[in-house]
Amino acid sequence: MSRVALVTGGSRGIGRAIALGLARGGHRVAVNYSTRPEAAESVVQEIRSNGGEAIAVGADVSDEEAVGRLIREVGEGLGPVEVLVNNAGVTRDGLLARMSSDDWDRVIEVNLRSAFLCTKAVMRGMLKNRWGRIISIGSVSGLAGNPGQANYAASKAAVIGFTKSIAKEVGGRGITVNVVAPGFIETDMTAELGEAALEAAISATAVGRLGRPEDVAAAVAYLAGENAGFVTGQVIVVDGGLTI
Amino acid sequence: MERAEIESKFTELLVSELGLDADKINPGARFEEDLEVDSLGVVELLMALEDEFDVTIPDEEAENLTTVGEAIDLVVAKLA
Repeated sequence: MSRVALVTGGSRGIGRAIALGLARGGHRVAVNYSTRPEAAESVVQEIRSNGGEAIAVGADVSDEEAVGRLIREVGEGLGPVEVLVNNAGVTRDGLLARMSSDDWDRVIEVNLRSAFLCTKAVMRGMLKNRWGRIISIGSVSGLAGNPGQANYAASKAAVIGFTKSIAKEVGGRGITVNVVAPGFIETDMTAELGEAALEAAISATAVGRLGRPEDVAAAVAYLAGENAGFVTGQVIVVDGGLTI
Repeated sequence: MERAEIESKFTELLVSELGLDADKINPGARFEEDLEVDSLGVVELLMALEDEFDVTIPDEEAENLTTVGEAIDLVVAKLA
């Protein structure tokens, strides 16, 4: 069944793969971006060239008014959001002893506040339709912790508690709420880690390689589907066995 | 809009949005105890009322609603 999906931060990395994966599954996809319209537009073009339907919508998802506009624009362009993927995220890594409060606040705003704002904004329509899928992208950092990522890990752990609470609130209305928690995935974000850190990550991963954005997208596509209606409040870890 | 008209639209909403039995709906019926509407159901009803009657019902006004009659009073007051 074709649904309307919104992927926040859908222009690059994992978000891009999620948008492409959902489109391949027949969904109509809104690709949200904050700073790179050309990257979002290229995702849209790729979806359209494969016969799919997609639009790009710019918005800073940590801003409440911007989120309101985003949801309205998606509604006008494709229809009410039925699948929300809270993917937008940033890192501002640093050891706690040296972490500025700005770096703390920004990570919490983009990674946590945006999930709250977007989920709230689509909830009314999902309740009315008695159907919805909320999928937030977490991180193994939020499960196991990671030195240098106190802010990022806290934001991703918080998304799990948020998810479980909402899952209990709206489970009876046909809406499922889950987290997909990736391990080390090849993206611009992990490229910043440096070669030595990546080698260490690979050797700690049972599967013996970095993950691909498509590995994460496959889990999201499953949760977004009709068949996943009995799976809610869960954290699906896509980390190649890093945390086992 | 006449009160009777609001009441009948309200009853329609309770049936269509919350799947309630029309026979059980009367002004004295309590949402949670008598009609078995859960807290999210009350929120859904408020959203439906806002859409249907084009009014805004702030949380602080909604907090004290326990019966069908009180909810109708609130809508009547909003439309007055």
